[in-house]
Amino acid sequence: MNLHANIQDHAVIGDGRSAALVSQEGAVDWLCWPRFDSPALFGALVDTRAGGFWIIRPTAPSRTRQQYLQGTNVLQTGFENEAGAVVLTDFMPADFEEQKQRMLFPEHELVRRVWCERGECKLEIRFVPRGDFGRRVVNFRDAGALGLRAQQAATLITLRSDVKLRPIDGDWFAEFALKRGEHADFSLSYSAEGPAVVPPLGELVDRKLATTCDWWRDWAQRARYHGPYKEQVIRSSLIIKLLSFAPSGAMIAAPTTSLPEIVGGDRNWDYRFCWLRDAAFTARAWFGLGHEEEGNAFVSWLLHATRLTRPELRVVYDVYGNRVPRERELAHLDGYLDSIPVRIGNAARNQLQLDIYGEVIEAVVQSLDGNKKPDRETQRMLRQFGRYVCDHWRDPDNGIWETRDDRKHFMHSRLMCWVAVDRLLQMHERGQLARVPAEEYRRIRSEVRWEIEERAWNAGLQSYTQTFDGDALDATALLPAFYGLETPGSFRMQQTFERVLGRLSPAAGLLYRNERDRAEGQGAFAMCGFWVAEFLARGGGTLEEAQRCFEHCLELGNNVGLFAEEIDAESSDAIGNFPQLFTHIGLINAALSLEERAKQEHKPQIEARRAAAGEYV
Amino acid sequence: MNVSSWLLWGFVSTIVLTTILAGSQGLGMTRINIPYLLGTIITPNRDRAKIIGIVIHLVNGWLFSLLYVAAFQSLGVASWWFGAMIGAIHASFVLAVAMPAMPGMHPRMANEQYGPTVVRQLEPPGFLALNYGYQTPTSIVLAHMVFGGILGAFYSIT
Repeated sequence: MNLHANIQDHAVIGDGRSAALVSQEGAVDWLCWPRFDSPALFGALVDTRAGGFWIIRPTAPSRTRQQYLQGTNVLQTGFENEAGAVVLTDFMPADFEEQKQRMLFPEHELVRRVWCERGECKLEIRFVPRGDFGRRVVNFRDAGALGLRAQQAATLITLRSDVKLRPIDGDWFAEFALKRGEHADFSLSYSAEGPAVVPPLGELVDRKLATTCDWWRDWAQRARYHGPYKEQVIRSSLIIKLLSFAPSGAMIAAPTTSLPEIVGGDRNWDYRFCWLRDAAFTARAWFGLGHEEEGNAFVSWLLHATRLTRPELRVVYDVYGNRVPRERELAHLDGYLDSIPVRIGNAARNQLQLDIYGEVIEAVVQSLDGNKKPDRETQRMLRQFGRYVCDHWRDPDNGIWETRDDRKHFMHSRLMCWVAVDRLLQMHERGQLARVPAEEYRRIRSEVRWEIEERAWNAGLQSYTQTFDGDALDATALLPAFYGLETPGSFRMQQTFERVLGRLSPAAGLLYRNERDRAEGQGAFAMCGFWVAEFLARGGGTLEEAQRCFEHCLELGNNVGLFAEEIDAESSDAIGNFPQLFTHIGLINAALSLEERAKQEHKPQIEARRAAAGEYV
Repeated sequence: MNVSSWLLWGFVSTIVLTTILAGSQGLGMTRINIPYLLGTIITPNRDRAKIIGIVIHLVNGWLFSLLYVAAFQSLGVASWWFGAMIGAIHASFVLAVAMPAMPGMHPRMANEQYGPTVVRQLEPPGFLALNYGYQTPTSIVLAHMVFGGILGAFYSIT
């Protein structure tokens, strides 16, 4: 049974604690329980033989189509063949807090319902769980009315099913038929506490499905976004909500590990952790969409997570702000399309990135909403970060892309050091931050700017470059225009834009991170494509150019609007971990800039129309 | 009967018993969370159930320690080994008799034969509470022996 499904042929479901990837064939190919960064129970995505999966699908070949129920993270996979049509609905239940206090609910649950829409369909189920990334067989025992149960150490996994499954060599199978209007329910739950909640099926699944849809729709409609491409923006907001760890507010980069940056290659990393480099963009997306609650939770997590290491920041943390596990290779796994090794943990934990200080400070600034004064502890933290930047801004580092060779003087790292002292000064001048060495900040701000303008600008190339005194181009060269060091329309930014596009863009909507990625055969970095659209929208081009570029980027998403980390420039296949927080943040921020630009451009017309109508303007 | 000694050591031994059981859960020996099990008799709210369950468990422990004290008084012996022995008998009774009968007493507990319903969704403990992990009987017997041992060692017979 060949279960391989391409990365882009998956959709994600989740509950803000863990996530599962479901293929268009109806297979749960990825599920880590109980947390995003826990070992995988189903890991077919990185090894179809040993990884484990749970498939429900018609026995006859079928045409398939996936879609999310409008405004939710409830997934429907439709199968259609000559005998009939069935719809498989997958979701992890979500509920309102007041409701949770009135009923029992499992600690973690994945619910699947298959419903026959037309004709009569024969279906098959294969339930092949594997513990600890396929290193352990999970022994399920048939406990009759309580379902299939697997006790491992102090955890319990229960599968309840409307269909009787039979064991073959430790895995579980069944074939069954559904006539029009009939359905079968399945519930897989996880518990670390006894007594576990064993959920009934039938009526309660109806209720959970309805409540989960209500919960997601209620959340999604709180977005204050009225710009173009609203459907795609709301989809991205639903995805980033799904990738946020509800108990702490942390946001993971992606729910998967080791989906390759080069198919068949070894650039396979574990992304199930929280990177500070995403902080400013993430905060902008939350606050820009009007999701203040999530934005504040994220900033609170930033402050909490960094408490133990202050004033030094780590590049990456786990969802509770702990150090991520050391990087290890899982040699028993074949990898996605033979892309080995499969890694868990991440060696970036030992790297130095000076850009993250600017990221965290910028995120805090965005959470303050104008002139609000941060509390004393936050002010103290900001001063500590300022001190660290003042002492270390000249140091070489590993840069935003976490290069594993020698540390260098990256332009982007210096840019974010400039952002750090610039924003602290602005806060001080607004009266939000007391007792700062303002003169020292001003001096360092000028020195950093001077260094960037002198040493990151290559006069021969007529472009900002990746590193000081270098000639390699990098997509981050567009970012001085995002943070106010330059304006998008300035001569230098226009020249840089032209060079970056010329050397790093293989097609409309695609942009490599840098020349090295392109030479190595990596994909284009999906988020960088959205940076181009945002650069144009911020004033680097016309509104129409920005919209056209944004539309090209959108075309590269999969059929349910999800993006991986990278896109293969030739096949347009998704590559890298999936779905990727950074890419969806890039989509939202580009859309916010488009909305802002459209407002500015249409404002005179609206005002003229109002004036003509005799309204007060 | 020495009331003050009973009140003090009954309380202390209950605290130790609760801590040992919580520790066994944390160490991965068992999933059983006695406060949660007891608290869900009153409310389905997970967080509130645990708090209510702690109170019920402490009161239970005090009341049960009265039976231990009665045994010490009637035989005129109060020692750690005698207390531990009563603890072992007590735990055996809980595991073999009380736990299997839980679905009949607990309003939110499912029945092994009929499965869960909308109201009754909690898994039943089964014989020796083995449904909550294979090492559950060990941790419950151990915790009750320590409970009885402390009571026997420190209770002063009048």
